[in-house]
Amino acid sequence: MARYLIRRLIHSAFLIWGVATLVFFAIRLVPGDPVVQMLGPEYTPEAADAMRQKLGLDESIGSQYVKWMGDLLRGDMGSSIATNETVVDAIRTGLPKTLSLSLVAFIIGVGIALPTGILAALKRNTWIDYLASLIAFIGVSMPGFWLGILLIIVFSVNLGWFPALGYAELRDDGFRAWIERLILPGIAIGTAYAAILMRFVRAGLLETMSSDYIRTARAKGVAEPGVIARHAMRNALIPVVTVMGIQLALLLSGTVAVEMVFSIRGIGRILIGAIFDRDYPMVQGIVLLIAVIFVLANLAVDILYTAIDPRIRYA
Amino acid sequence: MRDASIAADIQTLAAGDLQPPRSRSRFWTRLRSERKVLIGLVLLGAFAILAIIGPWISPYGPDDNDFGLLMEPSWRHPMGTDSYGRDLFSRVLIGTRVSFSVGLLAALLALAIGGLAGMIAGFYGGKIDSVIMRFVELLWSFPVIVLAVGMVAFFGAGFRNVVVAIAVAYIDDFARIIRAEVLSLREQDFSLAARAIGARDRRILSRHLLPNMVAPIIVQFTFAVGLGILTESTLTYLGLGVNPSTPTWGLALNEGRDFIRQAWWISVFPGLAIVTTVLALNLFGDGLRDALDVRSVSESR
Repeated sequence: MARYLIRRLIHSAFLIWGVATLVFFAIRLVPGDPVVQMLGPEYTPEAADAMRQKLGLDESIGSQYVKWMGDLLRGDMGSSIATNETVVDAIRTGLPKTLSLSLVAFIIGVGIALPTGILAALKRNTWIDYLASLIAFIGVSMPGFWLGILLIIVFSVNLGWFPALGYAELRDDGFRAWIERLILPGIAIGTAYAAILMRFVRAGLLETMSSDYIRTARAKGVAEPGVIARHAMRNALIPVVTVMGIQLALLLSGTVAVEMVFSIRGIGRILIGAIFDRDYPMVQGIVLLIAVIFVLANLAVDILYTAIDPRIRYA
Repeated sequence: MRDASIAADIQTLAAGDLQPPRSRSRFWTRLRSERKVLIGLVLLGAFAILAIIGPWISPYGPDDNDFGLLMEPSWRHPMGTDSYGRDLFSRVLIGTRVSFSVGLLAALLALAIGGLAGMIAGFYGGKIDSVIMRFVELLWSFPVIVLAVGMVAFFGAGFRNVVVAIAVAYIDDFARIIRAEVLSLREQDFSLAARAIGARDRRILSRHLLPNMVAPIIVQFTFAVGLGILTESTLTYLGLGVNPSTPTWGLALNEGRDFIRQAWWISVFPGLAIVTTVLALNLFGDGLRDALDVRSVSESR
């Protein structure tokens, strides 16, 4: 177990190193001169030289790379060329919003997927099952940001149940204000997630329900809810946990466009804003951050996986 | 010369015998029994026709703007007009072409690159395999939208760059699936037999392994086209898409952003077009997967 963990940790560290290297080279692949692109109409040869010096682009590639990695290890991702704010500060203001949104979307997604998946499996091949699977199909076929727009039209503009835009701080504005503004975007992101999870819950439960030990449990007189909750679900959920992890990327991806729809200044919105400003250091920092979060989240799922399935003991 | 042709004949004979029996008739019965395939196919056919004949049946030109601004849906304008006074229905109809071309081209490119990488990795194994799979894993570390958005950020928007960005984001899916297929196929009797009679690597790959991978490739390809259309619409919505002068579904949604309160139709109808198209592709792919009995294929990332 310990050896497996160490191996996974080293592997993830290498992956993150690769990701950081890729992001480092990305700015050097900008067609033409990235400095010219960044300065736009304000270009003068002097300004270009100053910018180059500021970003360290005047040094050799090798020393730039060493500096980039060294700075990253010290938690320094440079600063925005548009606002002079450091990338780390921008992340510090944006990340809590994005993580709050992802958390709410995750809870909504799992909250929808588990009951519907179980119901669909128990009512297999009835209209309930077909309806659930049709809705799941629509769920994965829908762009999350468009669902967000629909939710705003229905629940904010017409019914006035939720505020349409913005974000409230949990600490300053209270739980109610915070959650009110996260429910609609949470549904927008969580629906596709729920649709995928639900199909795995259904398939997993169907598979375990036909196994011998379930028949044994029934034969010895365990009531059906007990059979499902205590015997079937525990094994059915093992593949579901893996899918939850892999699809975390879907949540993170979803936040980018949905933050734009709901005007939440999370890291997705900061990223898109930085792209329009040609603020390459900011773009690099945020792309890198999201990839690192994704790699670490998958590492966490892997570890969780060994914890919930006692059969898995990696040598 | 003669020896070579005889060898080739033996090869074809041997391969014909040893390839797994193709139960073509059973496949068609199962395909017909899959309602999902049927529904998906009908919808896709309708969209394909619309994409081809769209410009001829559209009631107005996509850029005609001599109608009232933000007019509600009516008989004359089934989807209403947008903030520039253009007929939304005509624009959605034209948008079909762009969406399908981006989705198809991106999926083809991802299949070509990912497929080749996966085949080489699976077939040769060893060092080549680990190097290729490290790169695949690197791509996998970036969520699709983030990778696509990042590429557009550094290389610029536009049709070609958007296609490439989406394709790169899906390379890893194809590489993984095709590698897994090659790994399982290359140890089977028919490919061992082909090797035993001295067939070259390229021949084994193209004549013996490839035909047996068609099913999972088609299934994944179908999903990839749908995901490509979703990604394109997201990019365009964010203002990082094809081109602000090309009418696309994502662009219409982007332009409807400021008019959610006054003109819901601009935000609703183009989205419905996206959902129907992608739903058709997903139904078709999923039904095909059931009919062809393909092992689980990644759906979305």
